[in-house]
Amino acid sequence: MLDARVPKGPLPEKWTRCQFDMKLVNPSNRRKYTVIVVGTGLAGSSASATLAELGYNVKTFCLNDTPRRAHSIAAQGGINAAKNYQNDGDSVYRLFYDTIKGGDYRSREANVYRLAEISVKIIDHCVAQGVPFAREYGGLLDNRSFGGAQVSRTFYARGQTGQQLLLGAYGALMKEVNAGRAKVFPRREMMDLIVANGRAVGIVVRNMVTGALEAHLADAVVLASGGYGNVFFLSTNGRSCNVSAAWRCYQRGAFFANPCLTQIHPTCIPVHGELQSKLTLMSESLRNDGRIWVSRQPGDTRHPNDIPEAERYYYLEERYPSFGNLVPRDVASRNAKQVCDAGLGVRGGNAVYLDFRDAITREGEAVIRERYGNLFDMYERITGVDPYKEPMTIFPAIHYTMGGLWVDYHLMSTIPGLFVLGEANFSDHGANRLGASALMQGLADGYFIIPYTMGHYLATTGPAKTREDAPEVREALESAEVRIRKLMSIRGKRTVNEMHRRLGLLLWDKCGMARNERGLREALEEIPAIREEFWNNVNIPGETGTFNQVLERAMRVADFMEFAELMVRDALERRESCGGHFREEYQTEDGEAKRDDENFAHVAAWEYAGPDAAPRRHVEPLVFEEVKPSQRSYK
Amino acid sequence: MAPGTISLTLKVWRQAGPDQPGRFETYRAERIPTDISFLEMLDIVNDGLEREGKDPIAFDHDCREGICGSCGAVVNGRPHGPRKATTLCQLHMREFKDGETLVIEPFRAKAFPVVKDLVVDRSAFDRIIQAGGYVSVRTGQAPEANSIPVPKHRADRAMDAAQCIGCGACVAACPNASASLFTAAKIVQLAMLPQGHPERTRRVVAMVQAMDREGFGSCSKQYECEAVCPKEIKVENITLMNREYLRALVRED
Repeated sequence: MLDARVPKGPLPEKWTRCQFDMKLVNPSNRRKYTVIVVGTGLAGSSASATLAELGYNVKTFCLNDTPRRAHSIAAQGGINAAKNYQNDGDSVYRLFYDTIKGGDYRSREANVYRLAEISVKIIDHCVAQGVPFAREYGGLLDNRSFGGAQVSRTFYARGQTGQQLLLGAYGALMKEVNAGRAKVFPRREMMDLIVANGRAVGIVVRNMVTGALEAHLADAVVLASGGYGNVFFLSTNGRSCNVSAAWRCYQRGAFFANPCLTQIHPTCIPVHGELQSKLTLMSESLRNDGRIWVSRQPGDTRHPNDIPEAERYYYLEERYPSFGNLVPRDVASRNAKQVCDAGLGVRGGNAVYLDFRDAITREGEAVIRERYGNLFDMYERITGVDPYKEPMTIFPAIHYTMGGLWVDYHLMSTIPGLFVLGEANFSDHGANRLGASALMQGLADGYFIIPYTMGHYLATTGPAKTREDAPEVREALESAEVRIRKLMSIRGKRTVNEMHRRLGLLLWDKCGMARNERGLREALEEIPAIREEFWNNVNIPGETGTFNQVLERAMRVADFMEFAELMVRDALERRESCGGHFREEYQTEDGEAKRDDENFAHVAAWEYAGPDAAPRRHVEPLVFEEVKPSQRSYK
Repeated sequence: MAPGTISLTLKVWRQAGPDQPGRFETYRAERIPTDISFLEMLDIVNDGLEREGKDPIAFDHDCREGICGSCGAVVNGRPHGPRKATTLCQLHMREFKDGETLVIEPFRAKAFPVVKDLVVDRSAFDRIIQAGGYVSVRTGQAPEANSIPVPKHRADRAMDAAQCIGCGACVAACPNASASLFTAAKIVQLAMLPQGHPERTRRVVAMVQAMDREGFGSCSKQYECEAVCPKEIKVENITLMNREYLRALVRED
């Protein structure tokens, strides 16, 4: 049933062949087509700009006050590309291989190969846009090794790579707004997808300033609305990141793939208290020079600088001699949890040290400041501790979601005309994403894939011709209005945050860094109870027809309450460990994730079956023609 | 008072909409842990208001790690509060003393109308960028990335300017509500790089005109913008922008 539309032919030729086989839209006809883009992160902005450059009429929506603020902006470390500028053995094939392996063999080969292939063009394009990447004294681009890679293929702009790439894409979008081909609708939140005649033809949005509901029609819809990490309440995501847009599409028929595959980032500032609103990530580029350790003595209360060398347990270096502190994210996170569970964490708690003492001695403080100055400053601002003088403390936190709406090779969902890009789709990172690959994927999808596949879709299906008074439009508007009215009428006693935190803690506990059958079953029992309390006892002050930030949050949390159940169900059904999904029942003797390729080398894609029915689980088998799945080893 | 906590009096600007009159309301922020951020302190106050069924204080925020540029308010007369090179979300309560009174108001400027409470409309910044804050390259046209070397010091200067997060604190701090620092940051970023050169002349003229059109004031070199910029963008960028502008007047390339 699920046809991924992977082109025939040898892996390196698939994308070229596909590009040739795709139908084109005549340049003078493109302006007759309207494309809606939801989201203005790297994927959404790059898609909007590029589709507009081609001549399509683009309408772009974002929930921030300007498209420049989407959470791609917070990516620190860098962007991978197989340029092999360092002559250290990199190639398109190696980036492809590393990504497949890093994803623990749960991604689609053809998509990943295409991603690696496109990576080189992204750097060319961003440099041409004026993105100020780091350079060497000879004037050429600098690279660093990043998060588990043995080659230096990461391009970066200090610790602000996401910001610079996003501002590049934002600039390109502003250029198209100026040219009249793109129009941006800020402070709009997507409330529903309009499906008519079996295809996606528009969206309903809420104007967040006036509260008005608006229907916008188009010939196709591109969803680039990011990931769902905030389902855990505390995460490194921006506060407005949500699953609502994707969830509405799911309820309209788009399959949701692998929702249980979430990534826990190893280097975040530890949780400090109940009142915390979000977690802050410290770029994992810090692991290039920082050494991770804990005291060998459980519950050690000494100041870290007073713990002698012999009593320091550099657990990653000892356990994984060839990768050391640079093991992939899932491995680093799990090991941090293990040492802390064993009581070895900082002062017995949930934190480990990330220490720059040796790097500062070796290279000098000035060099370290040049490399990581802004990250060190940020750490000091948040914690009040100077990392030049004593080690940072870090702990894993939810950071990225590999799962997302199911898409085929064309990045189209199971609803014709609904394309899904960036973190919102599921395709390229399998069960674990490598560092510096999210930016690469977002931009590959937006700049270099959607312009082709969108053209093919429009050329083969023609215009949508849905009228504003169509029953599907009215129905979508009404269902949004009914939901809002229902929320506003509860007027209970609980705050939205309180309910969200309760859900998040439950998920972190039962469906976080480690999962097991019993816990997941308990979560499945508890989630409906929390949801019921939410719908009966939450309080949203203010009115609908105004700027109402509590209502905005309530709508997102309401969707998280439903989505959480699907995530847990997916985690329960995936009876194996892979990447970020660690099922305690399935581990090797030395505690590593144990995959079950015989039964689970597939994508699980969930189909909505109505509010009171269990969703249906479909399977897309993953066929590995090029790479032979093996037990990942970073020893 | 519990250890590591402080209590404060807040005088917060409340305004229902752009055409409504605004006023200061007084709130108590009790037992605020000093290791939380300023926005988390506002969360606590809002939590109390929500529980009482009252309208919480509206403020823009998103990443809460000092990079998205959403947040910002004037605290005791200073945009983003007392700590240098810090956005409001990265300002922590350890910067304040127990018993202090904080006056919190939106970024004020004619070009930044108030949307609600501390939320202002900064879309004028988007329109300045639309006028020319980019390189007009289409996807697919780019040459090989390393075909044009860029001296490191120029790339570094471009990056210094490119760090602007578009928060608008510079405008709020300026007695003339000038957007010169914001505009100059983009112009200088692109002027430093060979990729930006073909459009250099057109860009500076168009962006400066857009800035004037939006109702921002002129720069009179008060240096207030630099003092509050969370990314420490320097006033020398404005000098360079003015030089670019003069250059554009005498050249037609």
